[in-house]
Amino acid sequence: MSAPARSYVRKVPSGRDGLWRGGPPALARLDIELTERCDNDCVHCSINLPAGDASARSREWPAARWKALLDEAAGLGCLVVRLTGGEPLLRDDLEEIYLHARKLGMRVMLFTNATLVTSRLACLLRDVPPLEAVEVSVYGMTAETYEAVTRTPGSFAAFRRGLDRLREHGIGFVVKGAVLPATRREMDEFEAWAARITGLPEPPSSALLFDLRSRRDEAKNAVIRGLRLGGDEFVRIARRHGEAAVDEWRGFCARSSGPRGDRLFGCLTAGGSAAVDAYGRLQYCLGLRHPATVIDLATVSLREAVTSFLPRVRAMRARNPAYLERCARCFLMGLCEQCPAKSWAEYGTLDTPVEYFCGVAHAQAVAAGLLEPGEKAWTVTDGEARARERRGR
Amino acid sequence: MTHTIDLGRIYGPSEDVVVREIEGEIVIVPLAAGIGDLEDELFTLNETGRAIWSRLDGRRPLDAIVRELLAEYDVPESVVREDVVGLLQELLDRRMIVEKS
Repeated sequence: MSAPARSYVRKVPSGRDGLWRGGPPALARLDIELTERCDNDCVHCSINLPAGDASARSREWPAARWKALLDEAAGLGCLVVRLTGGEPLLRDDLEEIYLHARKLGMRVMLFTNATLVTSRLACLLRDVPPLEAVEVSVYGMTAETYEAVTRTPGSFAAFRRGLDRLREHGIGFVVKGAVLPATRREMDEFEAWAARITGLPEPPSSALLFDLRSRRDEAKNAVIRGLRLGGDEFVRIARRHGEAAVDEWRGFCARSSGPRGDRLFGCLTAGGSAAVDAYGRLQYCLGLRHPATVIDLATVSLREAVTSFLPRVRAMRARNPAYLERCARCFLMGLCEQCPAKSWAEYGTLDTPVEYFCGVAHAQAVAAGLLEPGEKAWTVTDGEARARERRGR
Repeated sequence: MTHTIDLGRIYGPSEDVVVREIEGEIVIVPLAAGIGDLEDELFTLNETGRAIWSRLDGRRPLDAIVRELLAEYDVPESVVREDVVGLLQELLDRRMIVEKS
């Protein structure tokens, strides 16, 4: 007991740094892919089965299973759950699952295209706020462009209606665009539109790099490959508002703790989080479905999966000679999207250098003055020093 | 806002918050809208707050809690009373507790 006048209650805002005096809980965050189905059919999407896919629907976990899993997650200390899909609002029981998570004291990240936001759902989100901004994907500024991406007639009007409902009910949301052939010419318009939305907690973001489908659907992956920006075009778009982005890339490299070696899992996902697909299989992250990194929660408890299985995944090492020759020695790992999930989606392995992301990272490094054209980052021994020297130029 | 705290009364957690104990921390998570200044805030308690909160179970009056704390901590009664009243003021301000009696 002590008495000086002070606050006994401490606020912990978004980011939650400093919440834990000791270590974080065994499971700080859980990503739940409630369905792989979606009411849109976006050309670039890495996960969208048809909304009416009866086979997928019949295999999805019912609300009771999700609620039991959330109970287990809360017991492991989980404070944040992400509900995503597919389109999670396709689930008739979304509200039930959402409310259960909130009553367990979890913050809920809801990822949606907003087309299915009803007044009822908006009221629920107003009265029992998710404590995280709803993340809304935006595929265009006009019906023509939007529906060229979603390939779903009427989806633009449905999206606008849903977004209006969120706004009318004062629900905090952020908007995320996608730079695709149909939307590329609208980037400025998208940003100006987002700037006019009052109360957005953060500026809009736009996806520039698209993942392949982690179910490894080769026909659809061929389409996604055809939509991707080249490295030089990526750089041109990233620096269209000035050189801040380029200097940020230098910063990533300057702060690097050096090449990763044969350690495969160096991403932010490492430790404290997990993902579960629509059918109750626990994954290291949403994009990683390599069989060696997935475990069926019908066979183990969430606690076992998190405390025993995931550490074994996390300890996996690269063995592919090409990876060891290149990625393991590369100082651009802080810039590059290379990770086991990307390798899995592209090649069906955990440790194959992904040529597309390697090319983009090299284009970024050349633009940032960290590499000469044609120079390979894994042959450079003073990469971090170059980045520190060129920062702020 | 200043609340009148009667030490003879009983207080307990509000249904507008969810209280969790994780890794030794008491984490107060808003459930209903309007608990925090921002929408995304969580709350924790300092050591003094934790000692008092753990006894705010909606069954004991505050003066019983003060007596328990005096038995456990070597501090003057005036300090304990000041801490209990100070915490209660904050918790009532934030709608995190309600009077149960």
